[in-house]
Amino acid sequence: MTDPLSKTNQLWEETIPGGAHWSFVMKRGTALRVTDVEGGANLSALFYNQEEKLERYNMADTLKAQHTAHLTTGFVLYSDMGRVLTSVIGDSCGWHDTISGMSNAALVEKRYGKADYQQARNAMHRNARDCMLIELSKWGLGKRDIVPNANFFSKVSADDTGAMHYAADHSKAGDFVELRFEMNVLVVLSATPHSLDPNPEYAPKPVLLQAWRCGTPDKQDQCRNFRPENVRGFYNTELLFR
Amino acid sequence: MSIVESKLNPQHASYELVLPAGESWLHEVKRGQVFRILDLEGNQAVDTLFYSAHDPEERYSAVDTIREQGNIYLTAGTKLISTEGNVLMTIVADTCGRHDTLGGACAAESNSVRYATDKKYMHSCRDSFLHALGHCDCGMDKRDLTANVNFFMNVPVTPQGELTFADGISAPGKYVEMRAEMDVFVLISNCPQLNNPCNAYNPTPVQLLIWDAAA
Repeated sequence: MTDPLSKTNQLWEETIPGGAHWSFVMKRGTALRVTDVEGGANLSALFYNQEEKLERYNMADTLKAQHTAHLTTGFVLYSDMGRVLTSVIGDSCGWHDTISGMSNAALVEKRYGKADYQQARNAMHRNARDCMLIELSKWGLGKRDIVPNANFFSKVSADDTGAMHYAADHSKAGDFVELRFEMNVLVVLSATPHSLDPNPEYAPKPVLLQAWRCGTPDKQDQCRNFRPENVRGFYNTELLFR
Repeated sequence: MSIVESKLNPQHASYELVLPAGESWLHEVKRGQVFRILDLEGNQAVDTLFYSAHDPEERYSAVDTIREQGNIYLTAGTKLISTEGNVLMTIVADTCGRHDTLGGACAAESNSVRYATDKKYMHSCRDSFLHALGHCDCGMDKRDLTANVNFFMNVPVTPQGELTFADGISAPGKYVEMRAEMDVFVLISNCPQLNNPCNAYNPTPVQLLIWDAAA
């Protein structure tokens, strides 16, 4: 069993204001509960192996290994090296997007108009790609390290013709997702609006992060046994830590 | 799903190559040139990446491409969008109907997850990509590999959010053709996957053709 978040095992908590970016390292055996404080949040996220940052989240390998086009409890986020970076061990909103990418400067200016720091101070309009680039630069990374990302709290489905549909009002105040880290992982986050959010107002929402020591998954673990592919993915991952 | 045929005559192409399965190909396609991939024997996956020839940090973005057109499948009319929001290529003809860009490329490591731990010793698209980049003297390496196009692959997503691997919709002689909107490096792995029924476990050659811009 993985220990749930409690007062005794909590490591830290932090609120990322809407529009802000942050990066930090989560160690193997720790977990993060991310809470949509007000409802309507979007959290764009990238994940890297802290020891070898050339190993990173791989959307395609995540999707095809688990025959899915979305993320929720049971699914894991694979690196390009056949290892599990992080596992979704809890989720109250049922669907997180990983096929729509992140917002960029041109898209944000087109949708919301221009609001720079001189005018708007820290309420300036920020976009996920630039937020990611700033954080990545702090770790010696850059444009070549930006790959298709996850967007927590956002739902984008595709119909039978392939047309993409953004679900408005998907995440409610208090909705959360819990990620257990299976490696030492560099987490890079941008709390900026989803690239398909039709809201004409630039209204980024805060997210609460709560980290705790959860321990490593046992043989009966839900994510490990979610699919036969994941049994092999966890085997590959655990070889690193024997 | 729209079928658009090309008026170009293969006899007038300035470049022609038959690329066997399991081989890679890295080639510059100049702005205005038209590039065709022809599925010679049917249902062959052609894993393809695109880079700005002048600044390879600007490269194909699968997620920006599908978001900008509002559809997850690539077909005639699709603009292949770069990480900087520019158009690398426009698909101008397509007799297959739709192509995948969510399934990615096979790799030793993903094969070990998807099929069996010992499958990691089989040849894979990523090994082909790395082989081509290792020899290219262009400064690119594994860091430059990102989500690719799988021409001729049928990977439907259901409204419930499942990714499925359906029977192919390509056939011998089907092709996809794209016009370069800037000078572009095209990196191809003609997929050697032997574990997947969508190519009937039989990887086959494809033909690559380039026409110069109309004078």
